[in-house]
Order: sequence, then structure tokens, then C-alpha cells
Amino acid sequence: MLTLYGAEITSRLLLGTARYPSPAVLAEAVRQSATEVVTVSLRREMSGGRSGGTFFEMVRALGVRILPNTAGCHSVAEAVLTARMARELFSTDWIKLEVIGNHDTLQPDVFGLVEAARILVGEGFEVFPYTTDDLVVAERLLDAGCKVLMPWCAPIGSAAGPLNPTALRAMRAHFPDVSLIVDAGIGRPSHATAVMELGFDAVLLNTAVAGAADPAAMAAAFAAAIAAGNQAFNAGLMEPRDMAVPSTPVIGKAVFT
Amino acid sequence: MKLIVNGEALNVAAETLSELLVLMEYEGDWLATAVNGELVHREDRFDRSLNDNDRIEILSPMQGG
Repeated sequence: MLTLYGAEITSRLLLGTARYPSPAVLAEAVRQSATEVVTVSLRREMSGGRSGGTFFEMVRALGVRILPNTAGCHSVAEAVLTARMARELFSTDWIKLEVIGNHDTLQPDVFGLVEAARILVGEGFEVFPYTTDDLVVAERLLDAGCKVLMPWCAPIGSAAGPLNPTALRAMRAHFPDVSLIVDAGIGRPSHATAVMELGFDAVLLNTAVAGAADPAAMAAAFAAAIAAGNQAFNAGLMEPRDMAVPSTPVIGKAVFT
Repeated sequence: MKLIVNGEALNVAAETLSELLVLMEYEGDWLATAVNGELVHREDRFDRSLNDNDRIEILSPMQGG
């Protein structure tokens, strides 16, 4: 069981709601993934509230928790205001906090991220910060009051998989009691298994499912992969070694010469 | 009155934020509003008077990752 700000979650897969070919495909992917948390964004409404209302009714009908995000925000002021507006709309203190710092890599502006996190925690928000794998930044976010950290493993939408497993391993080792969710960069189920085998608590992904030829089937594949990685970590993985070690006992071996 | 609504300049005869929403045919519970960078709660829209060149943001839920 995964606990996020006091909420007990069974599934360790959190799913984004963007880029699906249709609302029906999104709904089926959510069902097949067995996720209990989906991320939702806010955008300027252009059709009198009808398009946002239709979408949100559909998401609410899925019966999952909503994790609103501040996607696309490039400043502290923008992210904080968007978070406040999200709380107004979704009636939740949860916020996936993004403060983007670079247009090409979409990597977080970690300085702004910490500042925004501090403001929002002070206002009672339960912040899920999208961050890098930097330990010092992680410390600052925890100091600001974050109980969950969401490091990237590669740039958003890149599907590159874990580029720096050593950094992710270090993060797990340094913060054994913090809920760690890999957010961004996962491209295939084996990537998700790999980060779960490092001891991460969950994976948040979107494009790898939404962009699959069969999103619902891919969602199911990710759910299985994440569960397998978590089970393997808990079971205790053996460390790799350079030399061969016979798996069959040598004692009692017949001698024919 | 000249307002900037979701980034677009508009001339609208609205004294308050709630009047603006009605005039622009924005309806439903799925709208969050801000004026000049500050959140205006749903229940405060009736009392939030508008002035020339106010910047108004009207947001609603959308797909996101």
C-alpha cells in the first residue's frame, strides 16, 4: 500500500490524461491501468465552460482521485496562481507542481520550484513537486514541507527511460521514508520496472500510454511492469558481479575419469 | 469597459466579474477565475468590481500529464 499525504493508494501507477485519441480511449486506458490517481490540467476556457465541464464530468465518472497540475507554468507567480485556481476547481489540496525552467528540455526551474512549494505548503497545499534527481534540491523541497518528491528520469515525453540510475538510487538511499514517484521520461514498461526495482514507490506517466497503438493494452502492460518491479525490490534483488558463480552445488558431483 | 480576457482585448459593459461571465455566456461550475493575477473565489465574483484594463483569466479543466 502506498500512502500519499495520508491517502492510501493500492496502484503504484499514476496516469496523465493528455494526448489520448478520444475520451473513450482515455477512459479505457484508466480502467485497464487500474490507476487510482490521474493528473489533470487547467487551460483558458474558450467555449463558455462547456468543454472543460464535459471533460471533467468524464474524468469524475472514472471514480479516481484527481491530481491537478501546473503544467506549462514558467514562473513562481504563474504556478502559485494556477495551483490556487486548481484548488478552487477540483476541491483538493493536492497539486502537482511544475515550474518549467528550460524550453528545450522542459526541466524544472528548481529554484522557483522550491520557492513555489514553500508558498503553497504555507497555504495548506499538499505538493507533489516535479523535480530533477538532485539531492540538494530534494532536501530543500522537503524543508519546504513536501512529503512526496517526483524526480524525472528523462525529459518529459522523451521516452528515453532512466538516464541516470545512479542518481535515482542515491535519492532512494538518502530519503528512505519519503514517497518517491518517478515522473517524466518513462517510455516503455521495462523502464518502469527498472525504476521500481530501484525502490521507487510509484511511476507517473502519460505519453507512453496515450501515444501507444493500443493505449488500453499498454496501460495494462505498465501496471503489470510496475507491480513486478515493486515485488522484485521488496523480494531483495541480488547484486551483479563480474565473475561466474556456479548455481549448481559442486559438492557431490560425479567424477567419470 | 476595456478588459483583457484570457489574453484578448475586449470591450464589455460589465461592472462585476459575475456580470462578465454572464455576458460572455460562461456557465457551469467548471470555471476558475482570476483578476490581475489574483484568484477570485466563486462566491466572490458578484462583489468583484472590474476596472478598465483589468486582466481576467478564466480557466477550466483540461487534459494534462
